[in-house]
Amino acid sequence: METVADFLAALRRGTLSARAAVDLALQRIAAADPALQAFLAVRADEARAQAARIDEQRAQGQDVGPLAGLPFGVKDVICERDHECTCCSKILKGYRPPYNATVIERLRAAGAIPIGRLNMDEFAMGSSTEHSAFQQTRNPWDTTCIPGGSSGGSAAAVAARMVPMTLGSDTGGSIRQPAALCGVTGLKPTYGRVSRYGLVAYASSLDQIGPLALSAEDVALVLPHLAGHDPQDTTSAALPVPDYCAGLSGDIRGLRVGVPKEYFVAGLDPEVRHAVQAAIARLSALGARVEEVSLPHTEYAIATYYVVATAEASSNLARYDGIHYGARAADTRNLLEVYTHTRRQFFGDEVIRRIMLGTYVLSAGYYDAYYLKALQVRTLIKRDFDAAFENVDVLVTPTSPTPAFKLGARTADPLQMYLADIFTVSVNLAGIPGLSIPCGFSEKGLPIGLQLLAKPFDEATLLKVGHAYQCATDYHTRRPANCTDLFDEETKE
Amino acid sequence: MAQYEAVIGLEVHVQLNTATKLFCRCRNHFGDPPNTNVCPVCLGLPGALPVVNQAAVAHAVKTGLLLNCTIAAFSKFDRKHYFYPDLPKAYQISQYDLPVCRAGWLEILLNEQPRRIGITRVHMEEDAGKLMHDEGGGGSVVDLNRTGTPLLEIVSEPELHSPDAAYAYLTTLKQLISYLGVSDCNMEEGSLRCDANVSVRPVGVTTLGTKVEIKNMNSFKGVHKALSYEIERQTKAVSAGQAIVQETRLFDTVQEKTVSMRSKEEAHDYRYFPDPDLAPMTFSAAQVEAVRATLPELPRARKERFAAQFALSDYDATLLTSERAMAEYFEATVQAGASGKAAANWIANNLLTALNAAHLTLAQCRITPAQLADMIALVESNAISSTNAKNDVFPVMFATGASPQAIVDEKGLRQVSDTTQIDAWVRAALEQNPAVMAALTSGKAKAAGTLVGAVMRLSQGKANPALVNARIAELTRAYLPPPPEPA
Amino acid sequence: MISHTDIAYLARLSRLAMSDADLAVFMPQLQQILAYIEQLRALDTTGIEPTAHVLPLRNVTRADDVGASLPQAAALQSAPQVGDGFFCVPAVIE
Ligand SMILES: [Zn+2]
Repeated sequence: METVADFLAALRRGTLSARAAVDLALQRIAAADPALQAFLAVRADEARAQAARIDEQRAQGQDVGPLAGLPFGVKDVICERDHECTCCSKILKGYRPPYNATVIERLRAAGAIPIGRLNMDEFAMGSSTEHSAFQQTRNPWDTTCIPGGSSGGSAAAVAARMVPMTLGSDTGGSIRQPAALCGVTGLKPTYGRVSRYGLVAYASSLDQIGPLALSAEDVALVLPHLAGHDPQDTTSAALPVPDYCAGLSGDIRGLRVGVPKEYFVAGLDPEVRHAVQAAIARLSALGARVEEVSLPHTEYAIATYYVVATAEASSNLARYDGIHYGARAADTRNLLEVYTHTRRQFFGDEVIRRIMLGTYVLSAGYYDAYYLKALQVRTLIKRDFDAAFENVDVLVTPTSPTPAFKLGARTADPLQMYLADIFTVSVNLAGIPGLSIPCGFSEKGLPIGLQLLAKPFDEATLLKVGHAYQCATDYHTRRPANCTDLFDEETKE
Repeated sequence: MAQYEAVIGLEVHVQLNTATKLFCRCRNHFGDPPNTNVCPVCLGLPGALPVVNQAAVAHAVKTGLLLNCTIAAFSKFDRKHYFYPDLPKAYQISQYDLPVCRAGWLEILLNEQPRRIGITRVHMEEDAGKLMHDEGGGGSVVDLNRTGTPLLEIVSEPELHSPDAAYAYLTTLKQLISYLGVSDCNMEEGSLRCDANVSVRPVGVTTLGTKVEIKNMNSFKGVHKALSYEIERQTKAVSAGQAIVQETRLFDTVQEKTVSMRSKEEAHDYRYFPDPDLAPMTFSAAQVEAVRATLPELPRARKERFAAQFALSDYDATLLTSERAMAEYFEATVQAGASGKAAANWIANNLLTALNAAHLTLAQCRITPAQLADMIALVESNAISSTNAKNDVFPVMFATGASPQAIVDEKGLRQVSDTTQIDAWVRAALEQNPAVMAALTSGKAKAAGTLVGAVMRLSQGKANPALVNARIAELTRAYLPPPPEPA
Repeated sequence: MISHTDIAYLARLSRLAMSDADLAVFMPQLQQILAYIEQLRALDTTGIEPTAHVLPLRNVTRADDVGASLPQAAALQSAPQVGDGFFCVPAVIE
């Protein structure tokens, strides 16, 4: 009983009540989380009450929704009414939104049960979850390593089987990279596929909410209940949402797979290269036609990303000024000090770096040289993908150049940390969907992720390929050692 | 000594009277308890997103057409960043380089002469909240009800050269925009706000002098006074060889002068960039023409039509078209059967006087155009006298909204034109006035005139005055001495 | 290359109280990142349209219909200082 598919089958069959599903998740969180620190807050009573209502309604024969009783975790960047939402920043300590994000409304309407808030890098800025102001989440496969980021809590909670599904957000790789580093499946949907209403903005033109789970099939089960047009989000697409499960045939014969040569360059860890090449060979063996393609502007992606993302961030984070919500510095003598002290005192250093960088690239005299230039390069990067997808159905790349690194290994060098986003940021700049699935392990037993990319709004093909690969491999079913013990414990009862 | 001329450009902010705010569905309404017309969007809460109000866009396009602007084929919203407690996102959603409308003009009348003033641009933006100094607490307080109210910023070219011209520009702009019905344009209530850029230069020079921005003017008269003061101040300074400092000055409404803000403002660096949360807007030529077709008849055209169609004086036609509501009231009255001349007289002379005295607007008037037309019909059919109409019927209609027929019936005011009855009153009047009788018999025919008042009193004002005159003449003839025989 | 003055200006513009010690830490980091970003200048982008939105969205609007606002208490529930239904701030004198 660990995947979304397991839970939903048992819940529908009636062999598992919603109440029991919630209790199971709470039990696993209690057992695994003290060592991993993925959850910031768990709301046992409220989740049990919602589960009890669902069980009662189901007993009365009412329609309880397609995900009824499914517990899930929420990254601390998505608003839930009256539940503290801090984005793991001291500046939002105590902030309780008076409204639900659209994805929360939709998942709740489908019967899913939010069970707690998940740790992340402050305001989703980071690749290791070390920039959380509150706690350090650890990688379930090796607790001396980072879980990836910024959705580190979301990835660790799924990897450790605490909950079958979590929500993350991805601005430059923040779902896919931690999914890869924790050995789970994570989808960054097409920009506009899932409503951003209620997602605290980091970089509005890049941000997208997506699910993390144990398999492509699980993602396919959940995605229809997140996706679709939302009149409250101007940038959400008014397109129909397909039945993603219908395409999970396991058959990818004739599928055209592109391998961008620019993603297999110096800096790519040999173990990662080996695992990804093996995965490509596996896809070929399953009947896919593999060919090399070129995305010539890849080398400019990180520079472009850090201009666009920080510019938007400097704007989106201007509102945290100690006036209308969140923390306000004490002992200030005037309004200016309320602003400057609050922001200096309660933003972490990484956030401050990005605000200053973003302010710089938008400031008088620099806009054209940096921001406008970056938007032009963004066009070139997008065109690279458009051209590639004229000849192939999916692109296959590594998700991260290395497996999970040790806690503290890179915190001293911000630029090095940024460069690790090399394989993920282009996807956000182009707005296309990306899926990370487990494709092997390093010698030290750390998971390695495979990234699949497709045309805008073609999540169906990503999930189809991911599912076919997972039908032929078992990387996604392997558990970190400590939670194997936990599951053995349950089996004995 | 050189002669100087002033160069003035005006930036006018107009609040649009949409039902909801520009980017959220909160009510666009004033006078409610603080922070009650607010939602996650206009509070700037993390995660909330703006969605554009289509009515506000339509209003902007209409206003642009009214001001003879070109409507942009492609327009977008940008974020303008600055920190202030009444701006919860710390940026205002505005338009930077691609406003909805640009390059138009407004015709004003200056010394009876028409003059075109260029309109640089008209753009959409959201209003900020209200920051008030808290008298008791020593701090300031913020109400965000106004946050997100749709505004149009209308920027004129620096083509105004006197306070009178600026005043004429503002009154004309207000009249036209009110006509369009997209805003109340009430400067006292803040639905129209105006900042001015002023500089002076020697006559004949074509380059601009150093400009000063004036804020805090809260009436059209205030604008006039502030500009007069500022032009004089700058002219004196320049004449004395002093340099003008580029700065922002506030108009002190008590002392009626402009004062330097003094505070050392950081040079503005608003860091505009396209708002990623909003989609650009496009306007095709066909769409623009469709909107143009919905524009109402404007004051000047309407005035000319009224003068021709209803044979009104220039004065009456101007008065009746000065506000759209009044022009529509007049036309509705005519539509209901009144003659143009009578409707114009009653509206211009009686209705407006009564409204002014009661401090009411036409919208609050309880007399419907149909009722006014009915009353005019009663007068014209001699059912009531115009004196009764004016003194007894109209005031009751105005106060209660009752129909003129009901008032006439209730008060028994229906005019008496029955000759037998009038003759009886005339005879009674003669009997009561022996002096008149004596005068008549002694040949003073004019004495009969003094009977009119007596007859009207006897009839309680109901006798038809024309008939009274005729009957008095007829019945008193008998008392006059026979005319001398022709020699 | 970004200077001490530039950074102090950015700190003021973004309302961050930065000590000289802070600036000494952030300046080399920002310099290093900006130096990396400089590589974009090498790319010829003449005539390339900027991409502000990846989706070709146009004219997304809503009807002018009134929706629910928040109760005052909910609007103010996370504010650091409130009074009489208002947000409270230190005196702002114009
Ligand atoms: Zn609102």
